[in-house]
Amino acid sequence: MEAVAATVSETPGAISGHNLSKTYRQKGQEPQVALADLSFDFPAATLNVVMGTSGCGKSTLAKMLAGYAKPDEGNLTCDGKRITGPGPDRLMVFQETTLWPWMTVQENVVFGPLSRGGSRSEADAAAAELLRRFGLSDFRDHFPGQLSGGMMRRAEIAQALINSPSVMILDEPFRGLDVMTRELMQEYYVRLFEETRLSTVFITAELEEALFLADRIYIMSDAPGRIVKILDVDLPRPREISCLATRRYAELEQEALDALYAGREDLD
Amino acid sequence: MKDATVATTSPALPRPRRARRLDWRGTSSVVGFFLAWQLAVNFSLPGFTDIPTPWEVLVTFVRDFLFSANYWSSWLVSFQRVFLGFFLAQIIGIPLGLFFGTHATFRALVLPVFEMMRPIPPLAWVPLSILFWPTTEASIVFITFIGAFFIITINVFEGVRSIRPEHVWLARSLGAGTLRIFRRIMIPAVVPSIAVGMTLGIAVTWNVVIAAEMIASDSGLGRLTWEGYVSSTPTIVIVGMISIGLAGYLSTMIVDWIESRMMPWKQ
Repeated sequence: MEAVAATVSETPGAISGHNLSKTYRQKGQEPQVALADLSFDFPAATLNVVMGTSGCGKSTLAKMLAGYAKPDEGNLTCDGKRITGPGPDRLMVFQETTLWPWMTVQENVVFGPLSRGGSRSEADAAAAELLRRFGLSDFRDHFPGQLSGGMMRRAEIAQALINSPSVMILDEPFRGLDVMTRELMQEYYVRLFEETRLSTVFITAELEEALFLADRIYIMSDAPGRIVKILDVDLPRPREISCLATRRYAELEQEALDALYAGREDLD
Repeated sequence: MKDATVATTSPALPRPRRARRLDWRGTSSVVGFFLAWQLAVNFSLPGFTDIPTPWEVLVTFVRDFLFSANYWSSWLVSFQRVFLGFFLAQIIGIPLGLFFGTHATFRALVLPVFEMMRPIPPLAWVPLSILFWPTTEASIVFITFIGAFFIITINVFEGVRSIRPEHVWLARSLGAGTLRIFRRIMIPAVVPSIAVGMTLGIAVTWNVVIAAEMIASDSGLGRLTWEGYVSSTPTIVIVGMISIGLAGYLSTMIVDWIESRMMPWKQ
């Protein structure tokens, strides 16, 4: 882990958490322990994939990274600075689209820069460039409700990228897309990452998706979530879907499955 | 990245506005209704002995009403009352609903009184309203206001409560301040609820204004209908009823139009 961190020390977006715990308490209900004593280091310029079953606390973790939820205990930092709230350095793509339906694609994308006092002409130029790159130029004046699921996802990634975040947090972003679109979006994100080396925390429940995307997979146990296994995915980059048919992929898959099932038996 | 852009499906077509055109089934249903009415009167079915035929109503309408300034001023008076009450209900109800949704302390202080008053039907306010307001006109507008006010406020309040937290979180992450979030995120997010409140409100408003006119006023379409009854002229009653129906329909169309302007993204 040190080796990775050292070579990319100039790239921002390294996140570490130490002894994080979070319990949800609601009146009249049993307290729910989402996370207990969770520690991790997500190096910068790395595609970190957090994997676990539904309800293991991965979404809670994502919310903490983005600053929408506070840990009850523990310490969470981004590039050494404590995370205390939301900020444009850590942007999140949610499970369900969060494009504002009342704004056009263009207005959605330029919202960030304009919110921070950026100039309209610069924001427009940056948005035009991103939309072109994401194949959305013809849809800039459409409302999100007029877009397909895959286009919405790309518009959201553009909406985040225009702010040059240090780290992207994606919380099961391709869930609910049809198989074809999903595969294309995965290829899309892999290529974006390979071009930019944008520090990424990608959360998923799908092993195939995790292996295809990741530099490193963090496998979480069932709730309360802890990381039970770290798996370095040394499949060569740039990655093509065909890498799913290689021997190395099969080995990594087996290793991951063993960890997932081992986690299961612990709890029984 | 090129091949990924190819996979885009064409954007969904804009949804057409509700079309209420009559096809042959609709036409025959309407014709059948008037025919049944005509026959029921011709054969003097029970209850229909004092009822005029559709033809008589039409003749009376063209002869006595179509060119009567008095008749059209009834329209004008009722419309004024409806839209004044409705407008005031929006002006006061929308901010109140927003406050309920965003300020816990304000909500805790004011909502109990609001909820105490809400179940009182607007028409129950008639006597007190007449005592309280200096003119009959003001009291009728007030009652009309009451009819729409609670509905619009509750809808806006619910609208604020159902704003997706992610929509606000994202804006905050991107660096938007409180005012910008309020103007660009909260208000548009609540617009659909305002529209629902307006649609429900305008319907109630017509109900209320007609009854209030019958009880308390000497003008308006409600009064016209009531006078038809008092003077034992059922033809006038039916002219009044049809006029009120048309007026309500017209108002709904106006409100629909305003709503479509408020939500360009829903077209």
